Amino acid sequence: MPAVSKGDGMRGLAVFISDIRNCKSKEAEIKRINKELANIRSKFKGDKALDGYSKKKYVCKLLFIFLLGHDIDFGHMEAVNLLSSNKYTEKQIGYLFISVLVNSNSELIRLINNAIKNDLASRNPTFMCLALHCIANVGSREMGEAFAADIPRILVAGDSMDSVKQSAALCLLRLYKASPDLVPMGEWTARVVHLLNDQHMGVVTAAVSLITCLCKKNPDDFKTCISLAVSRLSRIVSSASTDLQDYTYYFVPAPWLSVKLLRLLQCYPPPEDAAVKGRLVECLETVLNKAQEPPKSKKVQHSNAKNAILFETISLIIHYDSEPNLLVRACNQLGQFLQHRETNLRYLALESMCTLASSEFSHEAVKTHIDTVINALKTERDVSVRQRAADLLYAMCDRSNAKQIVSEMLRYLETADYAIREEIVLKVAILAEKYAVDYSWYVDTILNLIRIAGDYVSEEVWYRVLQIVTNRDDVQGYAAKTVFEALQAPACHENMVKVGGYILGEFGNLIAGDPRSSPPVQFSLLHSKFHLCSVATRALLLSTYIKFINLFPETKATIQGVLRAGSQLRNADVELQQRAVEYLTLSSVASTDVLATVLEEMPPFPERESSILAKLKRKKGPGAGSALDDGRRDPSSNDINGGVEPTPSTVSTPSPSADLLGLRAAPPPVAPQAPSGAGNLLVDVFSDGPAAQPSLGPTPEEAFLSELEPTPESPMALLADPAPAADPGPEDIGPPIPEADELLNKFVCKNNGVLFENQLLQIGVKSEFRQNLGRMYLFYGNKTSVQFQSFSPSVVHPGDLQTQLAVQTKRVAAQVDGGAQVQQVLNIECLRDFLMPPLLSVRFRYGGAPQSLTLKLPVTINKFFQPTEMAAQDFFQRWKQLSLPQQEAQKIFKANHPMDAEVTKAKLLGFGSALLDNVDPNPENFVGAGIIQTKALQVGCLLRLEPNAQAQMYRLTLRTSKEPVSRHLCELLAQQF
Amino acid sequence: MQFMLLFSRQGKLRLQKWYVPLSDKEKKKITRELVQTVLARKPKMCSFLEWRDLKIVYKRYASLYFCCAIEDQDNELITLEIIHRYVELLDKYFGSVCELDIIFNFEKAYFILDEFLLGGEVQETSKKNVLKAIEQADLLQEKTEYVSQQEVLWV
Repeated sequence: MPAVSKGDGMRGLAVFISDIRNCKSKEAEIKRINKELANIRSKFKGDKALDGYSKKKYVCKLLFIFLLGHDIDFGHMEAVNLLSSNKYTEKQIGYLFISVLVNSNSELIRLINNAIKNDLASRNPTFMCLALHCIANVGSREMGEAFAADIPRILVAGDSMDSVKQSAALCLLRLYKASPDLVPMGEWTARVVHLLNDQHMGVVTAAVSLITCLCKKNPDDFKTCISLAVSRLSRIVSSASTDLQDYTYYFVPAPWLSVKLLRLLQCYPPPEDAAVKGRLVECLETVLNKAQEPPKSKKVQHSNAKNAILFETISLIIHYDSEPNLLVRACNQLGQFLQHRETNLRYLALESMCTLASSEFSHEAVKTHIDTVINALKTERDVSVRQRAADLLYAMCDRSNAKQIVSEMLRYLETADYAIREEIVLKVAILAEKYAVDYSWYVDTILNLIRIAGDYVSEEVWYRVLQIVTNRDDVQGYAAKTVFEALQAPACHENMVKVGGYILGEFGNLIAGDPRSSPPVQFSLLHSKFHLCSVATRALLLSTYIKFINLFPETKATIQGVLRAGSQLRNADVELQQRAVEYLTLSSVASTDVLATVLEEMPPFPERESSILAKLKRKKGPGAGSALDDGRRDPSSNDINGGVEPTPSTVSTPSPSADLLGLRAAPPPVAPQAPSGAGNLLVDVFSDGPAAQPSLGPTPEEAFLSELEPTPESPMALLADPAPAADPGPEDIGPPIPEADELLNKFVCKNNGVLFENQLLQIGVKSEFRQNLGRMYLFYGNKTSVQFQSFSPSVVHPGDLQTQLAVQTKRVAAQVDGGAQVQQVLNIECLRDFLMPPLLSVRFRYGGAPQSLTLKLPVTINKFFQPTEMAAQDFFQRWKQLSLPQQEAQKIFKANHPMDAEVTKAKLLGFGSALLDNVDPNPENFVGAGIIQTKALQVGCLLRLEPNAQAQMYRLTLRTSKEPVSRHLCELLAQQF
Repeated sequence: MQFMLLFSRQGKLRLQKWYVPLSDKEKKKITRELVQTVLARKPKMCSFLEWRDLKIVYKRYASLYFCCAIEDQDNELITLEIIHRYVELLDKYFGSVCELDIIFNFEKAYFILDEFLLGGEVQETSKKNVLKAIEQADLLQEKTEYVSQQEVLWV
């Protein structure tokens, strides 16, 4: 039994826990728990009021049950009751329960927040800390809304206890992370920065975390923290191991604080102030020096704490990337760790060196450790360490060591853990391509990859090798010869068959002169693999065969025999069957000339970013390919694969841009040559390269042709989805027509009428509004005698409108007959005040031509006016209440229409406000009042319109409780006179 | 730090502390996955591993595994010492802490953790200060209990 004497033993709880532990089976445990839950439920429901102790005990039992992994759906109220207990342990258990079992019931949250509020105000530091811990543990938005404004005050108050400050700092940090918008910045920020100077190390430790988080969003506001952090760090680093008493951890002074300070400094560039910078560099050097001193203790805690600071220091040095001397020292230090007996240190050294490898200052220094790293890859017993070694080899690779690294990685691949094989394959493929001096090495490497780890060679990798071979005619003959040899192996991977099939189909003629690889030999070699392959590969091979008929007429009869075989022509797989039928027909119908044009060598692929690199990035998250992405490092890389012109190429295959990875600005893709003298569409499609989009409906030819080309993206894409989606999403509707505003204005003061009309279409509107709800009928009339097709009107909410106005539309028939009219009903709910009307987008096809039209839907904020009658006295009282300058909007404008009092009255009534007589002493003036009804709030509005007949001018004044509403109403209404 | 888990060699969860909002379902899934991963590792292996987009730092003390998930830029070694300092705190409070102490006094384990780490960040590294806060609370509780008994007498 535990040896705790102090505190409160809750006997019942201990007994219950023992019972659970003694359960022999899961069933028994569940039975015991259900019994207990029933017991607790009845206790809570019973009429006898429970005393605090029992409540605490039962709540604690529920907590225990929950932590065992069972669901708890009651007890929250009892826990909340405990919060207001005056007994500390009861309160504490209440808070623990709330923190672990957060509940979104709003009534409960109100009660919880209330209890927290009381404790925060209690001035009892223990209670305050409990409350702060609870906020930090829950960290919900509701809590943020309730307390985010109070906590900064507690944090910087002069009389807050240290422990309260610590909790307040981290509590604020948690709230800021969850909802940054709720934490108000203000004068407290400056005082928070000064907590870095606090006497109490614990306060500094907590405050640094907060500052680090805040300064990421507002670096300028917190800039002063740099010098404070440096001087604090300097004091710690230079202190003797016992100076800091309890903040010294195994002879290391304040390791947590040091790490946090170094982390904070990584949010900024190197200090501009020379003195500060000097002091910081001194610190960094001291840390590096200390690493060379003999340890003060043999305990692993000592070395961990010390090295934690060292690694963070190295991170900062790498972050600055400006001190060659420090970078090289860091690298040497990590080099020592590479052979340390602690696995953890080897792991971290490999990881840290990866980032050093990308600095131009330390890249060379990192490279000197290549043998150690290769050795790690071979001998480390822990896969996660080997993974780091592979990452580092990848990062330190450049032209000088590429061959060595690639061959080591290939060797490792043979025994590598399954979990990391695919990643290694990708890395090898990328390095081989990037640093290939001659492409025969590249081809060898990729074929080796397929041979060693064929299952892990993804499509991206073998597509890429085909692209490169297709684009570089200097390697085509070699590639053909090599795949031919590779295919000789009795068991070769299916990916090898794919690559072999494609390359021989394109370039088999280059090796056909050698009797050992004569056309019939090539064919029978490929065909010997055919039956063991999947459908996709067999489909590819069929394409190879038809290409063979073109390349090697002597194989025609044999191949036609194969195509004609029942197993092809009547294959259950429709793709294979189709190819067999079509290729067979093509080979018998087309003349040699046509066949030669149709099956001409593939044009070069347009350059694009290597899809392999993209895949690796996806696998590893951003920054993974950094070593390669980053043109900055690798000054030696003005290399063959870089900007320099590639090996000569002929006219028939225009120069592939040399940078195959697309790392540097790739030249615009070379347009494939159009075949000369070939007039028919079929040929066009054939020769137009992978970028060609068939412009006609999918004929069978196009469907399969698109498959012939292994585009790096899914080769099936074209087949599956021949045309771009016909129905563009709502986001790509056009802008409203130019007269939309004018049309909208006509409806500000009226609800019915014709909204729009042109030669084809008329749109009529009838609408009614009550409170914050409205219903609108739109009538679409087809003015022509031809049916509209795909008729689809829809309502779009630009910007934030979605949250302000809800519009529900009913679907309408997709066809509108000539001369007919369809009706659409819209239900509208105003959620809160809004400024922009929703848009109405109407699309349809008229005689095959798509038509589209965007209008502004006549729903303006004044539609939700409820007129309010009031006496003059009330009016003026309210008018005065709304006297803040921002509550008023005023406009003086020229009359656009004859100034007729009756018309004006009608318009004001149509606008929605009540007209109040006998308010304005001048009977010529108009006064109105109304309330705008929205779901979230009501906005009271008062208005006054003063016509000046002589000057033909009006003065309009609006006062409402919301500034934007005043302005908006004023603008809407002023347009009407 | 995103979360800390304590579990036994048999894979039983003894303490869980989450510093990021996650659904119960997600928490259970993460726990299951991590317990399995960590238990499958051999004793001499490195204490750090990559997991999803997080770094896992773990260490075994007797029958208990302490396992923390930290973010990419966080420091692994200092996290290892966070674990150790927490173990020291438990040890000092319970006196030679063992798994049973944490089972039977799980609430205390949570209270100590809250004094040491808050919102996933180190709040107070001084052993003395953390234990002082806990002991003060213990004292306070004795006192309030005493006072309330007095009150009962007076009523």
